Amino acid sequence: MLRFIARRLLETIPVLFIILTATFFMIRFVPGGPFTAEKAVTPEVMRNLERAYDLDKPLWQQYTRYLRNVVLHGDLGPSFKYPNRTVNEIIADKLPVSLELGAEALLIALVAGLTLGVLAAVKSNTWIDYICSSTAMIGICLPTFVLGPLLVLLFAIRLGWANASGWYGPVDRVLPCLTLGCVYAAYIARLTRGGMLEVLHQDYIRTARAKGAGQLRVIFKHALRGGLLPVVSFLGPAIAGILTGSFVIETIFQIPGLGREFVNSAFNRDYTLVLGTVILYAALIIALNLVVDVVQVWLNPKLKFE
Amino acid sequence: MITRTTALLLAAMLAIAPVTMAAEANKPAPPQIWRVGNGAEPQDLDPQAIQGVTEDNVVMALFEGLASEDPHDLHPVPGVATSWDISPDGLVYTFHLRANAHWSNGDPLTADDFLQSYRRILSPTFASEYAYLVYDYVAGAREYYDGKLKDFAQVGFKAPDPLTLQVTLKNPTPYLLNIIASHCAWNPLPVRVIARFGAVDQRRTPWTRAGNLVGNGPFLLKEWRPNQKITVVRNPQYWDAATVKLDAIEFYPTDDISNEERMFRTGQLDMTYELPIAKIDAYRKDHPDTLRIEPWLGLYYYDCNVQRPPLNDKRVRKALALAIDRESLVKNVTRGGERPAYAVSYPGTAGYTPRARLEGGLDEARRLLAEAGFPGGKGCPTIELLYNSSETHRAIAEVVQAMWRKNLGVDVRLVNQEWKVYLDMRHTTNFTLARAGWIADYVDPNVFLEIFVTGNGNNDTNWSNPEYDRLFAAALSAHSNAERYEIYQKMDAILVDEVPVIPVYDYTRVHAVSPRIKGYYPTLLDHHPYKYIWLED
Repeated sequence: MLRFIARRLLETIPVLFIILTATFFMIRFVPGGPFTAEKAVTPEVMRNLERAYDLDKPLWQQYTRYLRNVVLHGDLGPSFKYPNRTVNEIIADKLPVSLELGAEALLIALVAGLTLGVLAAVKSNTWIDYICSSTAMIGICLPTFVLGPLLVLLFAIRLGWANASGWYGPVDRVLPCLTLGCVYAAYIARLTRGGMLEVLHQDYIRTARAKGAGQLRVIFKHALRGGLLPVVSFLGPAIAGILTGSFVIETIFQIPGLGREFVNSAFNRDYTLVLGTVILYAALIIALNLVVDVVQVWLNPKLKFE
Repeated sequence: MITRTTALLLAAMLAIAPVTMAAEANKPAPPQIWRVGNGAEPQDLDPQAIQGVTEDNVVMALFEGLASEDPHDLHPVPGVATSWDISPDGLVYTFHLRANAHWSNGDPLTADDFLQSYRRILSPTFASEYAYLVYDYVAGAREYYDGKLKDFAQVGFKAPDPLTLQVTLKNPTPYLLNIIASHCAWNPLPVRVIARFGAVDQRRTPWTRAGNLVGNGPFLLKEWRPNQKITVVRNPQYWDAATVKLDAIEFYPTDDISNEERMFRTGQLDMTYELPIAKIDAYRKDHPDTLRIEPWLGLYYYDCNVQRPPLNDKRVRKALALAIDRESLVKNVTRGGERPAYAVSYPGTAGYTPRARLEGGLDEARRLLAEAGFPGGKGCPTIELLYNSSETHRAIAEVVQAMWRKNLGVDVRLVNQEWKVYLDMRHTTNFTLARAGWIADYVDPNVFLEIFVTGNGNNDTNWSNPEYDRLFAAALSAHSNAERYEIYQKMDAILVDEVPVIPVYDYTRVHAVSPRIKGYYPTLLDHHPYKYIWLED
């Protein structure tokens, strides 16, 4: 297993390198630049601004310089949009917020989703199943930008229990995490139900029951491990998505997370911030996929590391 | 089960809520804290590097210029300078600084601080976008900025003694004091403090962070949590600290205007940066006491690329300009009390109202179009209208498109682009018709008229008119406002006749403002000098 992980980690290096290179050049070919503003500046001002950020050097020189700084010093450069902050600082400042939001939402999603899914599968085609399944369906159909404001309307404006937005105290975590968690809970519920239904009809479950195992033991000891396989494959990209794709939540709830910087940096042509966030998220996705692969082998005896 | 999870979370929320409420109830008199929605996250707080409204809103609390703004109409009132003398030819301004002006770190504020600051904004390596507000007017400044003049002592700034600053101008500029009062480019900066954090003429130094930043305004920077809030608190070193009533101002970034409106409704904000169009009618009906619609010195218009057919014919441009029903547009689409614009200059800017106006109606429009060879729109090539992706711009463009098709038979294709792509296309004149907007930096009719002078970087129309340029130069050396305004009348008349741009409407600013806010008056720049504001419960 260690050899498998080591090989996968080695493969990561060229992948990250290609992503970095492609991003570096792609963002430069997009029209407009970091200093394009509504009020035009004189050509002299533009030249001086570009010189201050080394944008006047040939592109390949900028590229090698950037690469050197990243690889040797871990220095992702200064932000173009926020001149008194560096990309390293922005990421250090905002990644923890996105991670916290994501982790809490994921917890909600897993607890709610797995419970709904298992219940629906075990009581399949009863009213319990119908309630669980339709709740999940509503969750999938309701986009976060609808659910979020609805929750705010109810809990912040009508009941006055929470702020409409912000990320100041513990109460401020509840609504955004709930919003983000609900959508993923819905997916997890449907996947769990499907996976469990399939497993519950397998021979080894019948064997377990024949041996006299109780219902709870059958579900948690025998069925759940196999029933979770689809959920685990889904979770890899989903966790990455929950961490990177919280742009909407972060915007609706005015949360100082990295998801917003990731998207807005492209709009702002903040070249260094684009690169910094892309590299970070690429590494994150690669790492999560690796974790999923390892967990799948561990859960599914039919798979082996090779 | 999802309901059980929800219930648990709600219970947790309930458990925490009373604690915070109780803590608030125990405090003695509530401090005067004004919580303001401030649009996007400010990029920086360096008065010489910022360009946007959100940055300016914070900087206005932290710095003060030679003159500052009257809270009612923004006319210049004494700031760091107690008074000023203007030479009879209008070319030399002598400012007398107050002896009790200090930086927030306690250092005295002297004329030398002004010299150092102006040297910095004029430094080519610093590349300030707003340096032109200084070098367009001050003798020798342009030459210094261009590197032709190496010695800053040759530029028209002198400090004969620590409390006197003398500024020599190229032309009498009757609106100079308005610029000084309203625009941060003329603010003094703590250059000695800046030098501690890196080269003075370089950006990217951390001097503007909380803890580092030293200012001379009524408030000082206490906290800057990116994308969360900026807190400024009363500055005890400020010379007029007795007038300042607020204890603190909190600026909240509010990128999402629907969310901002919800924050206002839950009481998180006392004032919003904007108000969604869809909410304006509801506020008009249900909360008229909080809805503030104020004139804003800005013009919404369409740029014509006068070199591209069919807009190379001024009759076509004028026909298009005449065939927009602006009254209906502002009433039904923009809905924020905007004023239909029939000329480029903003009526009532520092006592100036353009006499020229687009006149003639639909019959005249159709006649002009036929005269240009496109009777009833026949044979007229499809015109592309470029705008940046936004709900409002699209709605306006669609209505205008329909008006032109119905009234003139002219086909218009709408092209929307992401903001920076759109700006790039506009600045390189890669369009036929493009949506544009211009918000004034200071209160004077000059702000709109100077755009269309040949060679002005913001003139994206390819339009150039020698007579217009000559009039503009003449206005710069006029000795009285009356004389200058007469010249501006002629310039406005040329713009209405030639139509390089199609004026659509004059902007308004729409805020929701809590009735607790006092000392807040509508002003043309949407500036509300903070030291006069207080809260009343």
